[in-house]
Amino acid sequence: MEVPILKQGHYLIASIQSALTDEDLLQLRGNLMEKVSKFRIRGVIIDVSALDVLDSFACRILRATAQMTALRGAQTVVVGIQPDVAFAMTQLGLSLKGVTTMLDLEEGLALLDSQTKGGGDRGG
Amino acid sequence: MADELRVPINSDADIVAARQKGRALAEQAGFSGSDLALIATAISELARNIVEFAGQGEVILSPCHQGDRRGIKIVARDEGPGIADVSLALQDGYSTKGGLGLGLPGAKRLMDEFDIQSEVGKGTTVTARKWKH
Amino acid sequence: MAKARVRSEKLSHEQSRRELVRHFRDAREKLRRQWITEMTAKGLLAGLTEQEVQTESSTIYDTFVSCLETGQFDAAQAYAGRMAQRAVLRGMTPEQILGGMLTLRDVYGRSLFEQYRADVPGLTSALGVYEAVANKILAIVAMAFVDEREKTLRQQQEAIRELSTPVLQLREGLIILPIIGLIDTQRARQLTEQLLRAIRANRARVAVLDITGVPAVDSKVANHLLQTVEAARLMGARVIVTGLSSEIAQTVVTIGVDLSRIMTLSDLQSGIDEADRLLGYKVTRGAAEQAKVQ
Repeated sequence: MEVPILKQGHYLIASIQSALTDEDLLQLRGNLMEKVSKFRIRGVIIDVSALDVLDSFACRILRATAQMTALRGAQTVVVGIQPDVAFAMTQLGLSLKGVTTMLDLEEGLALLDSQTKGGGDRGG
Repeated sequence: MADELRVPINSDADIVAARQKGRALAEQAGFSGSDLALIATAISELARNIVEFAGQGEVILSPCHQGDRRGIKIVARDEGPGIADVSLALQDGYSTKGGLGLGLPGAKRLMDEFDIQSEVGKGTTVTARKWKH
Repeated sequence: MAKARVRSEKLSHEQSRRELVRHFRDAREKLRRQWITEMTAKGLLAGLTEQEVQTESSTIYDTFVSCLETGQFDAAQAYAGRMAQRAVLRGMTPEQILGGMLTLRDVYGRSLFEQYRADVPGLTSALGVYEAVANKILAIVAMAFVDEREKTLRQQQEAIRELSTPVLQLREGLIILPIIGLIDTQRARQLTEQLLRAIRANRARVAVLDITGVPAVDSKVANHLLQTVEAARLMGARVIVTGLSSEIAQTVVTIGVDLSRIMTLSDLQSGIDEADRLLGYKVTRGAAEQAKVQ
């Protein structure tokens, strides 16, 4: 299942719609990196609000994505982690260390705007 | 035995199938929303271990009873290389490790009962139970 | 009843069963009315309408006889469950429920004595069949009632726990959880879930957890706090813990829990000020004073 990636000004928004296999996650990372390089991206938002599980592999990929985009000058923000998922992650001992997390898309974009100082053309 | 659900694990796609079926079963057993996330995540980790270390195996899900306690039983079985030192594999890496490695200590933390039978060269069977509180 | 008693044990049991069923069916109205009379005399039917008494007593009587006839108790189990639900909802006491069933058992029993009179072998055989069924049904009813009560209690406890920790939204993006009382693993979990849901519902970016009212904090609770803070962070919210006395802080650090990852402040006001700073509000004590005067 390929995750649709939207380009909004200097930002990329990836909205995960359903459960992803490991392959899907790797593909997402690859696609994001490709676009980050191609379009002078300043921020990447990955919306996981539709996911009911974030396991160790998903956390690993998200952390790697954040690191890789940072190397290319773009900040990754993961948004939409649900209460039950956040709880399960901490119980399991999983961390998203090094990854910025915000409540939802709106908060994520607001953060990127404040950090990148006018980098996003949010268009009203 | 009638309510037992066997999920063959051969690839990463099966990990998702196993945890979704596990979640459905747990929901039928009456587990709360946050428990469902815990159970699904634990199954994910156990199934993932099978793929990573044995290549293939199976996850067996079934409801269980003890008096009037209801719960879910998860068995993750493979015929892979086995674990040489089970106690070492179960050592807690705490949250700073970020879930690297076997994921077994994490899965153990989420379950109420957790048992590993493993023999080098023969395979591994993890049996876990979670009770509805 | 004066039949030739030349029968094998097995037949005797079956024969007894059939005789019993016939006996109870024939005497249905008489025994059922007697049962109601005795329950009324004992005051067990308080709060029930006449129609309810008639309907319920008929159903129970017939279910009893059906179990006797078939040896199957599924119907009794199902009925007991429904009855217990209704009873608990209406606040009926165990005395009423069990008292009613015991009275029926006595009414049945005495009717058997009357029926068999001098026929001791017949009576013995009949009682042998009857008692096992009667006792089993009583156990089913009692357990159904107990289960239902426990379920209700658990739900009430859950509700009380939630109520005892209100979540207050102080201003946009800021919520406060004043926690009072001891925290055990179960409560810690309930608090975490409550906090996380409140973060989502209130779109909070900062949450102040005030534990001034928590008398004891051991390493377990401290670890729970750490997990709670981490979970909140995953949802984009910062957590400030206030009310951690220096003694407790020292104890916890000595035990070996690293609190450096949690922002802690001594009192609630400081916590709120810090929260405001994090949210981008300007905190000036003078202004706050002025606002109050107005």
